Amino acid sequence: MAQRIYITGIGIISALGNDTEENLTALLEERSGIGQITLLNTIHKGKFPIAEVKLSNEELLDRLKLIKKTNLTRTAMLGMIAARAALNSAGIDDVRNCRTGLISATTVGGMDRSELFYEKFLNDNQKGRLRDVVNHDCGDSTERIADYTGIHEFITTISTACSSSLNSIAFGAELIRAGLVDRVLAGGTDSVTKFTLNGFNTLMILDKNNCRPFDETRAGLTLGEGAAYVVLESEEQVNKENKPVLCELTGYGNANDAYHQTASSPEGIGAFMAMQKALQMSVLKPGEIDYINVHGTGTSNNDLSEGIAIERLFGEDVPAFSSTKSYTGHTLGAAGAVETVISILSMRNNVIFPNLNFSTPMKELKIIPVTSLKKNAKINHVLTNSFGFGGNNSTLIISKADSIE
Amino acid sequence: MKDIFITGLGNVSPQKTFDNSQFLDEVISVSTNQLKCQDPNYKEFVPADMIRRMSRIIKFGVAAGKICLADASCEMPDAIITGTGLGCIEDTEKFLSNMISSKEEFLTPTSFIQSTHNTVSAQIALLLKCHNYNFTFVHRGLSFESALLNSILHMDSGEANTVLLGAMDEQTRNTFLIQQRLGQIKQKPVDNLQLLKDGSRGSIAGEGSAFFLLSSDPGTKNYGKIAGLDLFYNPTQSEINNRLSKFLEEKGKPLDDIDLLICGMNGDQKNDKIYHALQEVMLPKTPAAVFKHLCGEYFTASAFGIWLAAKIIRHQHMPEVVSLKHSSSGKFRNILFYNHFRNIEHAFILVTQS
Repeated sequence: MAQRIYITGIGIISALGNDTEENLTALLEERSGIGQITLLNTIHKGKFPIAEVKLSNEELLDRLKLIKKTNLTRTAMLGMIAARAALNSAGIDDVRNCRTGLISATTVGGMDRSELFYEKFLNDNQKGRLRDVVNHDCGDSTERIADYTGIHEFITTISTACSSSLNSIAFGAELIRAGLVDRVLAGGTDSVTKFTLNGFNTLMILDKNNCRPFDETRAGLTLGEGAAYVVLESEEQVNKENKPVLCELTGYGNANDAYHQTASSPEGIGAFMAMQKALQMSVLKPGEIDYINVHGTGTSNNDLSEGIAIERLFGEDVPAFSSTKSYTGHTLGAAGAVETVISILSMRNNVIFPNLNFSTPMKELKIIPVTSLKKNAKINHVLTNSFGFGGNNSTLIISKADSIE
Repeated sequence: MKDIFITGLGNVSPQKTFDNSQFLDEVISVSTNQLKCQDPNYKEFVPADMIRRMSRIIKFGVAAGKICLADASCEMPDAIITGTGLGCIEDTEKFLSNMISSKEEFLTPTSFIQSTHNTVSAQIALLLKCHNYNFTFVHRGLSFESALLNSILHMDSGEANTVLLGAMDEQTRNTFLIQQRLGQIKQKPVDNLQLLKDGSRGSIAGEGSAFFLLSSDPGTKNYGKIAGLDLFYNPTQSEINNRLSKFLEEKGKPLDDIDLLICGMNGDQKNDKIYHALQEVMLPKTPAAVFKHLCGEYFTASAFGIWLAAKIIRHQHMPEVVSLKHSSSGKFRNILFYNHFRNIEHAFILVTQS
């Protein structure tokens, strides 16, 4: 990369907790956020566990401390909380002191309220409260975050299924590299909805127990919700303000599996290419990666395909890896950013968070994930994967800011 | 910025634009406030067994993409980048409706699988076996513009020499009814060809998919160049004017060099005022063209507008049906495109003759 790009702030809200500190504590205590459904109003309550953010919509709204009660979706509120936290963490109180962009990602946008609207509307098309449907599209949550944080210079939204927010971070880096902005708030948000829960259920890829990524007995994913954002800043901006950085964004890669709308190719071709491209950009050899935060959804298909791609790329020397979806559930459009934040926490605290619920190695693979908290881990470079429907495969690499000179 | 040539077009819209040999020779008019796509023969573009499962947006999106690739004689683009406001809304509503009516039981996965916003770009990648960069933007009235920006950045950095850029949105009975209740669609039926004369609140519903093959190589024929883009959020009127001055200055094109302004007027008086204000102050004498009376209003209607710019450059002719203010010179070297969506998302795009 011509211009170095640093991450100077992080913000997250997930089933593990409502701020970064709470998320870190849960990760260190090996405490999963997955549990029985409490907030979502569905017939599947008690049947499938999910990883809900433990705040009701009213509680989320209270946290935002808005002067005016506005019409917000759960997706937007989660995003606003994590976005503000990321800016605070980067010590930014004036978003307009340099050119600042916002790139957000989501898969279902305002679906949580569209579900309420359509329930009435389908019976009588003059019924249903319009304020429950005007925020349906994916751009809405981004504009609410922009208005809440004051970001005005550049905003957009990405939706590439479950790789969405990794792509928003990568695109944010591209904007800075092109000199269009100096700083970007990038990440994603998704709330759990009946739409997605039922959708994954029809595909028969929801585990009735907590998800067990990379385990021989894995039976599907566990749905989660949350939002996470990182603040990316150009080297120039960081130097100008002489500010501390959390890490450097050294590479990203995007490839398409071009195999099937939902299934991954048996040889993980898209996954392999995405990781390879990211390594090329970061000018790192596979052996220099210290930890992989895998996509690891816990579905039979993903983990096998991703595992094969990892074995092919890293050979005999596969780095320590784990899927933290065993903690957060699969947060869909937010997953890439959630896992980037977790990767940063991992790097900054010299720990590798384990892949919970693992007991039996997969018979097709030689590799097994990290199964207990690994302390005093020396982590200079982390690679994280996010793969989505439509064969959208993305990889991001972050590096310790002092590890490249 | 490097030279970015438009070497291929594919446009499935409420007009018969899927045939690249024509240029609005025949104009479709309706008075239902709903403009829906004219269908090409989908069998020419998509395997028959796939057509059955596809919703309308996937069919017309994939067809537009394939028409574009064929027009540019491009077999494998270095990137596929798309924009869509509502994505596969028909499949989304189908799954949602079934879920509600069957109380979350006995559901089948097809419409859920196809409901993701990246479905069209994914299906094109799948048909081409294209493993390259694949991206989808979903930001309301900037969905197409964001995809264009990503394409420009990708070509500028040398990561791609060819980009298949596209936009798509579909309308359904439900989206129409909802937009009508929201006042975004006119309450009384109007003839689409008289849209701008109406002056009442709202516009008419539209849909479509336009694709562009962007190439760093001018090829043997092209439709001009993408010479610049500026997208912005929630500006005041004076910010719009200032931004235009700055944009054209950066591109080295004084206002006098603009041969044609294509703008996104949609028949809603409040909406169109923004365009009139810019015209009066900045471009009072510049010839002007409009397009939303041909394709309707939707999040990615601007892609139809850029298709129009590319065709005018190529043919050096502006069809009467799009003309708002005549061009006496009849020369079209520099076309300024301006669109805003409900005065929230705004964009300028400069298309020039190569």
